[in-house]
Amino acid sequence: MTSEREAPMVELDCICKNYGKLQAVKGVSLSVPRGEAHFIIGPSGCGKSTLLRCINLLEEPTSGRMRVGTIAMKFDGGRLPMSTREQAQYRARVGMVFQQFHLFPHMTALENVMEGPRTVKRLPAAEARSIAEALLKKVGLAEKRDSYPKHLSGGQAQRVAIARALAMSPEVVLFDEVTSALDPELVGEVLAVIRQLTEEGMTMIVVTHEMAFAREVANSVTFMDGGVVVEQGVTEAVLGNVTNPRLEQFLRRFRA
Amino acid sequence: MPGYEWDFGKAFLHPDLWLTALTVTLGYAAATIFFGLVVGVIAGMLLLSRHWFIRTPVSGFVQVFRCTPLLIQIIWFYYALPVAINLTIPAWLAAGMGLTFYMGAFSAEIFRGGIMSIDKGQWQAAKAIGMMPWQVMRRVVLPQATRRMIPPFVNQSVLQLKNTSLLSIVAVPDLMYTAQIFVSETFRPLEVYTSLGVIYLIILYPLQKLAKRLERRDDV
Repeated sequence: MTSEREAPMVELDCICKNYGKLQAVKGVSLSVPRGEAHFIIGPSGCGKSTLLRCINLLEEPTSGRMRVGTIAMKFDGGRLPMSTREQAQYRARVGMVFQQFHLFPHMTALENVMEGPRTVKRLPAAEARSIAEALLKKVGLAEKRDSYPKHLSGGQAQRVAIARALAMSPEVVLFDEVTSALDPELVGEVLAVIRQLTEEGMTMIVVTHEMAFAREVANSVTFMDGGVVVEQGVTEAVLGNVTNPRLEQFLRRFRA
Repeated sequence: MPGYEWDFGKAFLHPDLWLTALTVTLGYAAATIFFGLVVGVIAGMLLLSRHWFIRTPVSGFVQVFRCTPLLIQIIWFYYALPVAINLTIPAWLAAGMGLTFYMGAFSAEIFRGGIMSIDKGQWQAAKAIGMMPWQVMRRVVLPQATRRMIPPFVNQSVLQLKNTSLLSIVAVPDLMYTAQIFVSETFRPLEVYTSLGVIYLIILYPLQKLAKRLERRDDV
């Protein structure tokens, strides 16, 4: 069990992201304890995906502070005080799964999962292979190990992408609307994998439109609108008895 | 042409000279394609630079060589360079430089286009597992881009081989130059040039076929 006093795994303090004059994220703070699942919900264009991409530096925040594990950084609009190598090392500890999978099409499922351990961690091929085989088995795709991505269904491709992220043994995994590009009948198999990860105590931040799933597995929730946090707290508090009119209006669409 | 009597025997009075000319043409094609690709890959990478002061001059070089006739480039290297900067270079080198830079300019665009055609998501996914930019290039982007570049590179090489016929204007004894000599010797331009065309066709048809095959390949 984690002790009460242990510092959160992920801490964001007043993160802002501007594109020129457009302010996509306006001072978002949140913290995720080790082993918990934090869900970010909100209407399209509310800045939730941008925030997620800031966390692994695919977007560089304009201002604010951020800490993941032992790595802390401060942004002040100037140059990021991290070398390209340090950024890469940081990203190796923060897994990310994308809406559009982005599997490497010239590699088999197994090679996709092996790529991080092989190229980034420089593990011997045999070791990387056994890690990858175990992960493909975990996401239920052991028999697809030699398939190329174009021969996988969307649900299978996304599960391989999850395995690829897990292969780096990340401290936190970021999920960016990972079921939004899937046919409805394939959503369940991907959610099942994420549910299993939450049960195993993986720290994760999940951006999603799957409200029922959020209620079921999230430990805490942030509701964003217009680049700011509207509601934030433990799941039952935020989604249980909704009083905020903006959140109420947002959720009503999912009940219809 | 009524009454014209074809005599192809006249075109092949000196098979040994044809053979020598063929060697010159193929040698020039091979060498200028090779060095052109080297120039093209380097220029193509520079075109992708984040820095405008690198991109701009390279882009200038590419546009100049893409947008002027190769004939003029060869003439310029051979006749104008000595006048302009007092540097005389032999005909074979002047012609080779023209052909190389011409190939290089087109290859640069093919290379740049191939890299650019790879989805941004591939970069993001590779960076997200902790790869350095050069690792992303080597492991993820180049393997995919190379497959897309091969057909246009083969096409450009086919053109390049035909373009070696311009060597004749600075008296490099390639197929075209040799054919011109045969014509002046035999007064049989129709036979000589027809034969020459067939020779180019025999060399290039299989290459073109290969390019088509590569275009159809869809394993990625």
